Amino acid sequence: MSILITRNGLLDTIQDGGRYGYQHLGINPGGVMDKAAMQIANALVGNDPKEAVIEMHFPAAEMVFEKTTLIALCGANFSATINGEEIALMQPLLIREGSVLMFGKKQRGARIYLAVQGGFIADEWLQSKSTHLKVKAGGFAGKPLLKKHRIFLQRAPLLSILHPDHSFEILPWKAKVSDLYGSTRLRFIAGEEYQLLDDISKQKLIDLSFTIGRDSDRMGYRLQADPLQLSSHKEMISTAVALGTIQLLPDGQLIVLMADHQTTGGYPRVGHIISADIPTLAQLSAGETFSLEIIDINKAETILYEQEMNLQQLQNACNFRLQEYLK
Amino acid sequence: MTHSSPYHIYPCGDHALTISFGEKVDIDINEKVIQLFHFLQGAPIAGVLDIIPAYSTITIVYDLIILKKKNPARSVYQSMYAEIKKAVEQITGSYMSQNRLIKIPVCYDLSVAPDLVSLAEQHHLTIDEVIQLHAGKTYRVFMIGFLPGFSYMGTVDEKIATPRKSKPRTLVPAGSVGIAGEQTGIYPFDSPGGWQLIGQTPVAMFSAYRETPCYLQPGDEVQFYPITLSEFENYTNA
Repeated sequence: MSILITRNGLLDTIQDGGRYGYQHLGINPGGVMDKAAMQIANALVGNDPKEAVIEMHFPAAEMVFEKTTLIALCGANFSATINGEEIALMQPLLIREGSVLMFGKKQRGARIYLAVQGGFIADEWLQSKSTHLKVKAGGFAGKPLLKKHRIFLQRAPLLSILHPDHSFEILPWKAKVSDLYGSTRLRFIAGEEYQLLDDISKQKLIDLSFTIGRDSDRMGYRLQADPLQLSSHKEMISTAVALGTIQLLPDGQLIVLMADHQTTGGYPRVGHIISADIPTLAQLSAGETFSLEIIDINKAETILYEQEMNLQQLQNACNFRLQEYLK
Repeated sequence: MTHSSPYHIYPCGDHALTISFGEKVDIDINEKVIQLFHFLQGAPIAGVLDIIPAYSTITIVYDLIILKKKNPARSVYQSMYAEIKKAVEQITGSYMSQNRLIKIPVCYDLSVAPDLVSLAEQHHLTIDEVIQLHAGKTYRVFMIGFLPGFSYMGTVDEKIATPRKSKPRTLVPAGSVGIAGEQTGIYPFDSPGGWQLIGQTPVAMFSAYRETPCYLQPGDEVQFYPITLSEFENYTNA
């Protein structure tokens, strides 16, 4: 029960919901960039929502399934194929042993997630399987997945309905997530230094279109736009920052902190992208643009709660369908 | 340091809040932070994922989804705010932190101290004077951040306080000892960085599988002592 990587991707790592409880040691939470995609992929194969998945960037790795495996691919669309045949995203797929998963063209999104039924066998470090590249711990020995790496699966699939002529079988249900990645207007709440922005900059923050810079990665997204400025200088000392924190750099540009963000920072925090919109942001790539809308923290909480309710409903439906299918 | 010391609580995103005891580098304030940190660790609040002390702040990261599910109609931020406020008001001035004194060997040989010459010249000091000033003081670990196990220590003698390099290095070797303003610190990993590098320690500041991964913790007192290049190399290879 294993998957063998046969061609390197740009950056493919094992990630789960993140490593919390150690930020006081400077250990950032990491985890998947797009938590919604992780949850959906896991739901489709009947896993716990935070089970570790493989997060792949474009170009993504090529791999061989060495045993028949139930999988799901969610998040970005990189034109996935099995043995050259196009396959669907957001659906459970039973893949015959010996089949090759490849990706072609990047159509939409920045990160695709592969979940397998039962999950991967991966190193757990500080209660998380997420790969920490700096510390070289967690996931696949703390490393990105590369050619010749073999990732073992926790168990064999619970079903074997494959038609002898087919290299894969699409299970007949699909996760609908149209409301998840639809908008490029991201919502944020004011940060502690928001009030220090001059009036023009406050206006710019909600009027401008921000382009994601080339030097954006799992640590943070650097944004390009007309520079913003504070109306008065404030001497900042380092304090904790969070996923989604929007910092104002000395040159007037913004940076949004993502999964591998440092635990502390010393730049003015003009805002924080709301948790519910992080998946959308995580699926934007360098060169793409978005705009910002300010909301209050109560609304941010409600939006996340509603998103979670939808995801949970989806998870229940998937579990039900899978149970029915296995009968 | 009484329970009435001023504080300010604000959101740090929709899933975290920060309590600030003032925005400065100050030992009394930092003691207060560490006291509250230990208090909160000892009396965990449901749904809290992380408690992150810094110079003068503590940030609480919480599981917004779990807490919201418990009572969807209620503001999680407001309840967390109330919990933290209660905790702050419970802690008293009687706290005395148990500060450890830790001695760390540092090799100030120019081969592992790329900014030592320029830093000495900038301050019209000899290299030996810089070393004596740096190794002659006891520092406090104010906080850990930036990288796993990176401790922010201070404050260095004003004679050697030096701003960060205008252009950060793309690679600073693990163990490098640097100065940034009045702070001094040790890089636990090979990493990009802008601190002025004046030496290197052979001691591992972070070990993933040690019971306590970080060599230092906030509140520790640290003294540096000079070692020769051969002592450094032997220590490294030991």
